[in-house]
Amino acid sequence: MSDQLLDICERVLARAGTNVEAEVTITVGTDALTRFATSFIHQNVADAARRTHLRVALDGRVAESVGNQTDGDGIERLVRSAIEAAALRPIDPGWPGLAAPTSAPSVEHWDDATAQAEPAERAERIGAFVRAAGGLETAGFCSTAGETVAFGNTLGQRLVGRTTSAILDGIARTTTSDGSGHAASVRLADLDGDAVGSEATRRARESAEAGDLEPGRYEVLLSPSCVVNMLGFLAMHGFNARAVEEGRSFARIGEAQFDPSISLADDVAHPMAVGIPFDAEGTPKRRVELVKQGITSGLIHDRRTAKALGAESTGNAVSGAGPWGALPANLVMEGGSVSPEDLVGGVELGLLVTDFWYTRILDPRTQVVTGLTRNGVWLVEDGRIVRPVTNLRFTQSFLEALGPGNVRGVGSDLTLVGGATFGVGAHVAPSLHLASWNFTGGAKG
Amino acid sequence: MFDYAEAAVEAALAAGARYADARVMDRRHEAMGARNGEVEELTQEASVGMGVRALIGSGWGFFSTSDLTTASARRAGAQAAAIASASASVSGPALELTPVEARQDTWANDVREDPLSVPLAEKGDLLSNVTRTMKEHGADVALAGYDAWDTTKWFASSEGHRIGQHIVECGAQMNATVNGERETQRRSYPGIRGQYGTRGWELVRELDLPGNAARIAEEARQLLSAPECPSRDVTDLIIGSEQMALQIHESVGHAVELDRILGWEAAFAGTSWLDLGRIGSLRFGSDLMNVTADATLPGALGSFGYDDEGTPAHPVDIVRDGIWVGVLSGRDSAALAGLRSSGGAVRADGYNRLPMVRMTNVGLLPGTSSLEEMIAATDDGILMDTNRSWSIDDKRLNFQFGCEIGWEIKNGKRGRMIKNPTYTGIGPRFWGSLDMLGNESEWTFWGTPNCGKGQPGQIGHTGHPSVPCRFRGVRVGVRG
Repeated sequence: MSDQLLDICERVLARAGTNVEAEVTITVGTDALTRFATSFIHQNVADAARRTHLRVALDGRVAESVGNQTDGDGIERLVRSAIEAAALRPIDPGWPGLAAPTSAPSVEHWDDATAQAEPAERAERIGAFVRAAGGLETAGFCSTAGETVAFGNTLGQRLVGRTTSAILDGIARTTTSDGSGHAASVRLADLDGDAVGSEATRRARESAEAGDLEPGRYEVLLSPSCVVNMLGFLAMHGFNARAVEEGRSFARIGEAQFDPSISLADDVAHPMAVGIPFDAEGTPKRRVELVKQGITSGLIHDRRTAKALGAESTGNAVSGAGPWGALPANLVMEGGSVSPEDLVGGVELGLLVTDFWYTRILDPRTQVVTGLTRNGVWLVEDGRIVRPVTNLRFTQSFLEALGPGNVRGVGSDLTLVGGATFGVGAHVAPSLHLASWNFTGGAKG
Repeated sequence: MFDYAEAAVEAALAAGARYADARVMDRRHEAMGARNGEVEELTQEASVGMGVRALIGSGWGFFSTSDLTTASARRAGAQAAAIASASASVSGPALELTPVEARQDTWANDVREDPLSVPLAEKGDLLSNVTRTMKEHGADVALAGYDAWDTTKWFASSEGHRIGQHIVECGAQMNATVNGERETQRRSYPGIRGQYGTRGWELVRELDLPGNAARIAEEARQLLSAPECPSRDVTDLIIGSEQMALQIHESVGHAVELDRILGWEAAFAGTSWLDLGRIGSLRFGSDLMNVTADATLPGALGSFGYDDEGTPAHPVDIVRDGIWVGVLSGRDSAALAGLRSSGGAVRADGYNRLPMVRMTNVGLLPGTSSLEEMIAATDDGILMDTNRSWSIDDKRLNFQFGCEIGWEIKNGKRGRMIKNPTYTGIGPRFWGSLDMLGNESEWTFWGTPNCGKGQPGQIGHTGHPSVPCRFRGVRVGVRG
């Protein structure tokens, strides 16, 4: 497969000719996903995906072309489209040029069995999830994906990487509550339908007949799923060098903007990670320290922002990201030594939250975000879970919530969080006990 | 192309499907983006492929391929059936389909100026010039962009459908961001998502980006020194038509999707607060509230000739005089819900995605008031417009939306500009407080080109006819 894809890269680059700068990425693989609802499989899909992305620069005039046909005609159309478009463009003063040949780290998050998984294997795990619910209604999905990516450019850079991923994610429902279970891995074999279904069922049963709670400021114990949700906003609007360049970011290198217990990096080589070890511009990925013991210590770059800010690309260019700039694919927040159960023991008056839902940013600079809780919330008093409560809306600065002095505990439960937007990237985080969270309303108004 | 689709359908039937359909799609997409006076991105994408749906027992199997040969089409059809069969170990009641006439037809939307034929240099000049103007008038970051899609579909089914469609869509947007000492403000035009439709480049010309670039940059700058939106538990709120489009999309459109109501999206997108047993009697809003889902509106982004399972476009009443009366549905969900026919609201965002219930053009029918009359009739309230943030719960009840800009209303007059305006509410309670509705002259078919739903994720293009509205007793100014 690798040789075939590199051969296509060579044919595209040869057709582009020697008078242009060109880079091409070929992605092939199979994405398959089996969905269940009302406790049976209702949608079962597979896509034999193929994508060719070409970027050319004619004396700084840049254009991109994307196609899914790699025969002779397809390549001809792809290259001609990009070159003709580039010729009509003005010179792009921010064009950073191509990545020089450099080897990528020898990282491969790959499992043959997952890449070749049959729908029956996904159905088997869903069946176990449904049975574990003991008659509660269930819904969710099991997905498997295998993707091989080849990159080449006219400077001679040649890279091939591949990755697999598998996710089992679902809810169990009582008449008054939902509970969720999540699992993600490079290997489908790691996903235990019974365990994930049992977790969802426990949460659903334990959050049934929830009562309202007066909104206000409470401590919170956030699951890894919630923490990863927060990291997405911090990365996109904060550690993203484009946001820094434009003055929209909170990030100030060298300042203690976070609690000393917080350390965060982008690290494709982490043993729990998913993804390939280079980016859309052919820059090898490397570990990037973003927060080190509370001190903001790094940014995420592509080649454009690296040129603008006098830095080096960190290998985080994303095809099609447009004005968003570079994004991390493998955030890892360092775990602590306290079990999630013991974290509960440290809460005086707070809420244990399973998932966040529909979080949206109000102000990128202050990281004020609104959203809701979902799939189980419990009131914790004096270290004990007292009762389930109905979902709440919050309006909270994520930066403030993780600020110095505001993190009371970091869980040992480091978890790879997949999800609907999982793609080939996913983030790893532990549970967090935070001192204060601003709940601004009940879900009933 | 029909031959490939029919070969796939035949193969799916031979492999055991009791119904199958196939959709060949050839799509071209062009997007350009400019920043601070320079065109920074130009992407042209072309994809062609086929998706095959096979129904066996209680669920769909779907397989897609970009290899368009007869042999590949047959393999795709057989594969779709095999995938559907694999669901048998976790199966439910057999899924039925409501009847629909098996038409052989073609359809295309009206286009005066093909967006992909407008010279790139002209389009680039437009974007670079407006971003330069915004920079000159105070923007720290000025962005502008357009998107154009040209899609041809060939649909065939085991019931005899043979439908060809050619749909051209395009639109544009721009925004100015300014940075204060501790905050960021932004103004967008014509809205946060721009404006899009099933139209040609004439839509972009009508937007008049150059005529609005300086104004939005200056407004963004003015917001930095504007007072905060006051925090009030109860106030009169006038909402402009762009924000109303978002309000309709989130709290009505998604809530009436039948797949959500039936629980098919429960784990991800969520369910709905609506109970099918109360359709026809449940009060959704005030008597002024009339909402339709109408895929026949010329030029609106959610318009088409046939949906992606061959149901002809037709208007569907959703809310009539404040009472909930209809849903967005497809052939399978309609059958399960006991409806006589599909609402014709099933679409996929590419050849490689399973068609699912999507909004068409879900919007308000106009009333009799003008925006100025609403302001004049308000003693003490807030006017907001242009969406900035949006969040709503998984039952589509509890929402909190933020806008880019607001104004105080005092004694029937528009007063000071205010920043960071937000409002929150519960769907039926909020809609029940609607007491003034914009008139036909203010009726705008807003287009939303980025509605996310489904697993794997799909991006839908939806339309939202909208007018300014006034609501009473709304909570505003929620802060972090």
